[in-house]
Amino acid sequence: MHVSCEELDAQAKGLLKEFENVTLTPKLRSQIPMQEMPTQDPHVRVTNMQEVALGYSDSQVRLEALRCLQCKNQPCIAGCPVAIDIPGFIAAAAEGDYAKSVEIIKESSLLPSICGRVCPQESQCQKFCTVGKMHKDVDKSVSIGRIERFVADYAREHHCETVPSVAPDSGKKVAVVGSGPASISAAADLRREGHTVVMFEALHKAGGVLVYGIPEFRLPKKIVEHELDNLRAMGVEIRRNYLVGKTRKISDLMEKDGFDAVFVGSGAGLPKFLGIDGENYVGVFSANEYLTRSNLMKAYAVGESLTPLFDSRKVAVFGGGNVAMDAARTAKRLGADEVTIVYRRTEDEMPARKEEVGHAKEEGVQFLYLHAPLKITANEQGRVNGVELIRCELGESDASGRRSPVEIPGSEKLFDFDTVIVAIGNDSNPLIKATTDGIEVNRRGNFIVNEETCETTLAGVYAGGDIVLGAATVILAMGQGRKAAKAMNEYLLTK
Amino acid sequence: MNTILSKQRLSQEVFRMVIQAPEIAEARKPGQFIILQLGGDFNERIPLTIADADPVAGTITLIFQAVGETTHHLALLEEGDSIENLLGPLGKPTDIEKFGKVVCVGGGIGVAPLFPIVQGMKQMGNEVKVIMGARNESLLIMEEEMRATADEVIVVTDDGSYGRKALVTEPLKELCETWKPDCVVIIGPPIMMKFAALTTKPYGIHTIVSLNTIMIDGTGMCGGCRVSIGGKTKFVCVDGPEFDGHQVDWDNMLLRLGTYKPKEQEAHHRCHIGLDIKEGEA
Ligand SMILES: Cc1cc2nc3c(=O)[nH]c(=O)nc-3n(C[C@H](O)[C@H](O)[C@H](O)COP(=O)(O)OP(=O)(O)OC[C@H]3O[C@@H](n4cnc5c(N)ncnc54)[C@H](O)[C@@H]3O)c2cc1C
Ligand code: SF4
Ligand code: FES
Repeated sequence: MHVSCEELDAQAKGLLKEFENVTLTPKLRSQIPMQEMPTQDPHVRVTNMQEVALGYSDSQVRLEALRCLQCKNQPCIAGCPVAIDIPGFIAAAAEGDYAKSVEIIKESSLLPSICGRVCPQESQCQKFCTVGKMHKDVDKSVSIGRIERFVADYAREHHCETVPSVAPDSGKKVAVVGSGPASISAAADLRREGHTVVMFEALHKAGGVLVYGIPEFRLPKKIVEHELDNLRAMGVEIRRNYLVGKTRKISDLMEKDGFDAVFVGSGAGLPKFLGIDGENYVGVFSANEYLTRSNLMKAYAVGESLTPLFDSRKVAVFGGGNVAMDAARTAKRLGADEVTIVYRRTEDEMPARKEEVGHAKEEGVQFLYLHAPLKITANEQGRVNGVELIRCELGESDASGRRSPVEIPGSEKLFDFDTVIVAIGNDSNPLIKATTDGIEVNRRGNFIVNEETCETTLAGVYAGGDIVLGAATVILAMGQGRKAAKAMNEYLLTK
Repeated sequence: MNTILSKQRLSQEVFRMVIQAPEIAEARKPGQFIILQLGGDFNERIPLTIADADPVAGTITLIFQAVGETTHHLALLEEGDSIENLLGPLGKPTDIEKFGKVVCVGGGIGVAPLFPIVQGMKQMGNEVKVIMGARNESLLIMEEEMRATADEVIVVTDDGSYGRKALVTEPLKELCETWKPDCVVIIGPPIMMKFAALTTKPYGIHTIVSLNTIMIDGTGMCGGCRVSIGGKTKFVCVDGPEFDGHQVDWDNMLLRLGTYKPKEQEAHHRCHIGLDIKEGEA
């Protein structure tokens, strides 16, 4: 049942009165109910592109923050890829000092309003939270991400963020390739030291996957734009429509244009296909294409956008990660009657954020587990009219610890679909490697870097984010951007 | 940035624009293309081949036919206006080498991107014959430039309003039999490229075509431009745009080009307004 924001807020207000003026023992704290995230009504939100999760109210965030036990051993921090002082920022939030709370986060993370929305908290900080352990249910852990989101949004909306100060001109020039989270963080930390920083982005909008991949209904683009504005305010120059490797090579930037060092955060932009029959029929899209049309070129704004949309009735999405959820939920919003996620394993193995899976279900996305596509069929105009699927069962665990699907012979069946979205992941885009001598990559095309410094095999060239990690997460990309910037700042001192 | 320095109407619906774009001009080689987007949130991104470039002046030349929404809007821009988003040069350059005898076949607007290849092939010391075709006389472009560069130029029109009344495949077949070229380069509408490639196939002549599929990013990120070449999936924007014409799965490519057809026709009617092109002629 969908509960409105007003109702959630009223409940929280009542409870807050109860708990606010008593001495809270750990036992009492653990009795405070976990605060639900207010959302748009599922029936309404499938008809619009606006954000689904609306954010806590003031009372909700206070109450949720009171659930934190301020554990001495801080297991949550160990679960955070960038080791945010979680109990610290939650304590400040509990006191209502949101500005301070955000300052604490920003010591470790530069993009809290983004990470609060997109981090897979249930497999990071919240996985280790003592409160979740007490309830034997990770869903009852302190909602660290939601509190993070609230305080970060508060600081942005109330203009109480401090723009990092910039040291006097160092006389050094750095190029940052790409404009995703890895590049945004690297650019900020490099600029702070007084270096001239120029960011080069291939697309006509900056922001990387945060802009072209993750949909508006999950991450409003104005939030990403705000982070980019902060960079501009610090004096970072952002050049769009510039494909490093083609418009100019890295060697040109360093030898002709006077850049002393380069950070490459070019992401994992090479869509994987299954290699099955029929994958090039009309109506088969990579998730990247499908999402880019909708997000970057606003194809969803029918009537206004010049970017055409493909009319779909029954959509199959192959995959079980965040990308698959985003594609499926976008298809729903673009008017498909039926959208089905086809996944080879079961719900437990799906790598998508739990909250997104829940939201997708509420929106009427269907899930067909333990099925794998064998081929795509089409009508005489080459337009998709079906997919042959085979049933699977779970076998042995593979290298990643997930149980691998095993196809059941004879269980093939043809299903009726008119659109297929392939969301089985991305490999690293080979363009920079192919146009830069001296950069070495591993078998999967990821740049090989020094783990401590993020320096590539080419002196002065550093890399981080998905180009190094393979398709990973925003927080890991951000962490690497910062790690690289730190090493680059040291390297530039010696230049 | 990207200021339009000059604009010329070459025929009824074909325009030539010289644009200030120093970095692209410097890096560009024959056969490469750009992707442009006219700014604002709602515009599509479309690929156009770079017809010519002057690295010293820092300019590139685009020749385009006003056939879709974006090209129509582009045609409405004037000298002094600028194109907000211009990305390039993209794709691999044409493989220009000394083949010996080369036939370059251009259809319609395809004559424009063919021209720098004709120039390059000549410079490499090839003997070059050009076959250029259009639906009718008013759609023919760059005949003079071609005549000044190539060893021989054969002009055909569908309706016989100028030159020989034939499809490009007719003189191409004749040349294959009598002149026996070592290499054929074909640029034009997909259907023309398909049949021209089929024409050279029985003679086993090395045949290069330049594909112009639907594109979005142009960096290999979306796979929307993919085609099947010799049974393998390739991305036109990074692996192409030029491929062995005998390996292309033309039927699949033609189908994929029609992905948004119903919608584009609707849009086409809307955007003819303002350009002074009569319905039915375009
Ligand atoms: C649909 C989708 C949903 C996702 N959901 C989540 C989620 O919920 N939570 C989460 O943590 N992670 C999620 N991810 C993963 C996350 O977005 C990525 O891990 C993260 O964005 C990687 O950041 P990055 O900075 O390395 O690169 P990217 O964000 O990929 O940015 C790279 C940028 O570099 C540009 N570029 C590439 N090559 C060049 C070049 N040669 N010259 C100039 N520019 C270039 C690209 O155009 C791009 O803009 C999702 C990914 C996708 C696709
Ligand atoms: S583990 Fe949970 S309860 Fe303990 S400090 Fe971290 S957030 Fe608070
Ligand atoms: S246009 Fe997107 S991969 Fe070629």
